[in-house]
Amino acid sequence: MFEASELNLRNKRTESLYRTLFLVMTLLLILPVLLILGTLIVKGASAISWEFLFGYPKDGMTAGGIFPALVGTIWLVSVALLVSVPLGVAAAIYLNEYAGENWFTRIINLAIINLAGVPSIVHALFGVGAFVIFFGFGTSILAASLTLAIMTLPVVIVSTRESLRAVPMAFREACWNMGATRWQTIRRVVLPNAVPGILTGVILEVSRTTGETAPIMFTGAAFFLPFLPESVFDQTMALSLHLFVVSTQVPNVPENLPYGVALVLIGMVLLMNSLSIALRMYLRGKKKW
Amino acid sequence: MVSAATAVMGANEIEVASPKIVVRDVTIRYAGTPALSGVSLDVREHEVFGIIGPANAGKTSFLKALNRMDMFTDGMKVEGSIEFDGRPIDRLRNVYALRSRIGVVFPLPVGLPLTIYENVALAPRLGGMRNKAELDDIVERCLTRAALWDEVKDRLNSLGSLLSGGQQQRLTIARALSQQPDVLILDEFSIAVDPVTTMRIEDVLKELKHELTIILVTNLVQQAQRLADRTAFFLEGECVEVGKTSDLFDGRVQDSRTRDYIEGKFG
Ligand SMILES: Nc1ncnc2c1ncn2[C@@H]1O[C@H](COP(=O)(O)OP(=O)(O)OP(=O)(O)O)[C@@H](O)[C@H]1O
Ligand SMILES: [Mg+2]
Repeated sequence: MFEASELNLRNKRTESLYRTLFLVMTLLLILPVLLILGTLIVKGASAISWEFLFGYPKDGMTAGGIFPALVGTIWLVSVALLVSVPLGVAAAIYLNEYAGENWFTRIINLAIINLAGVPSIVHALFGVGAFVIFFGFGTSILAASLTLAIMTLPVVIVSTRESLRAVPMAFREACWNMGATRWQTIRRVVLPNAVPGILTGVILEVSRTTGETAPIMFTGAAFFLPFLPESVFDQTMALSLHLFVVSTQVPNVPENLPYGVALVLIGMVLLMNSLSIALRMYLRGKKKW
Repeated sequence: MVSAATAVMGANEIEVASPKIVVRDVTIRYAGTPALSGVSLDVREHEVFGIIGPANAGKTSFLKALNRMDMFTDGMKVEGSIEFDGRPIDRLRNVYALRSRIGVVFPLPVGLPLTIYENVALAPRLGGMRNKAELDDIVERCLTRAALWDEVKDRLNSLGSLLSGGQQQRLTIARALSQQPDVLILDEFSIAVDPVTTMRIEDVLKELKHELTIILVTNLVQQAQRLADRTAFFLEGECVEVGKTSDLFDGRVQDSRTRDYIEGKFG
């Protein structure tokens, strides 16, 4: 009765064939990541030191540290977040909780998708036109961060909307039936359960913003500044731009220096990503339904 | 003498059973397509009003119209007039107050992703209550009345959504009671509940009837027979008839379709 027929055997063979195929594809995917990381560590680890992380660049940027760039990146990302998170979350709440399906929301959705598809260099030019010149912020952290914020806004909106969508409709209906307004329902039931997803989206945004170069290049990031920024109206150095500069613009840079900068940059991104994954796993463990 | 007796009874009935909800010629459409047409009926104070009928009869749609959930449902339109305590509900300024006076229990239990305590304390909190002692009191009272207190009194701070289905349904009832409603609406509450729990909830309802008005939608005709004072029969978007439950179940019907449905002669 349980004898394998010819057909069974054939199915089994194809099954293991496909299984192996998909496994190989997946492993191929990891390969570039490992190669990049490996190269960076091998070639750049020797550059990393206390002085490298917390010192200023010296000798025409061929020696010394990257502290101003590190601090600058933190500034840029933080200010960008301060703008894009409230804006993006509010927009997502409006779109998912208040607006119905109509031509207006369809246009907004289209705009979001298109905004996500705009190349970063175009965002940079927009940032120059709008923030540097029109609003008169000059090349400053503010202008650069606003440019970054606009660029990452679609990510925040989409990820927030997805996490709002994941909260079952029945919860909202139960609340409304009790006489709760939409806002009461959002505050008491929807948002608390969407926060994990929203946070994950935000952290992913951070990791993406950290690496961007083009949007900040013309709007607020400088090649070299011997001091730290003191307000959002100052210019600043940034890790991503610094990497570009030391690897292409400055002569006689020791080989390990650009790799060291890249290692720090990617380290920051990976740290953020792992934080996001850990957070997601932790919060998924606490899932409430 | 007989006529005098009926006159007295009639007078009594008018006095005791004033209409809580008056529905006149209500038609409900979804995107233009009618789901329920021309329904007229009264729900009296302190009665259990049963609604029976097969799937697609428009029962749930009718309930949604009663507490203005059409506001939250895309494409749903309600025509005709519904009065709650003599006030036309389509012209109420504060629909939230209307909804808070109507407790709703859904077919599938909806334990909100909050603790058991917060599930029951939510409605009073929405109403602005902050006093911890008062909230504790309401939570205990409502859970007790919903026959759930003994099972959960030691774990009030665990999640309501993790209770068993039958417990969640009683939690939903406790939550509805915490609104201190005038009217309790139950939509096929026993669909996901075992027979023992169903019986316990039915006992609870028999008690509650003295304090509030209950509208009970059910697809178990025996449940209507056990609980309802009067029963309406809905069929394919039409209210076929409304009558005393005992009359309908004793075969004194105005429309033979009602008898067929009650006797289980339907598809
Ligand atoms: N949100 C909605 N949008 C569009 N049509 C709907 C919606 N809700 C209900 N309907 C339609 O209204 C009709 C009546 O549905 P309703 O849910 O009121 O029936 P019911 O009597 O409660 O059935 P059941 O016993 O299966 O719960 C159905 O044809 C249904 O497709
Ligand atoms: Mg229904």
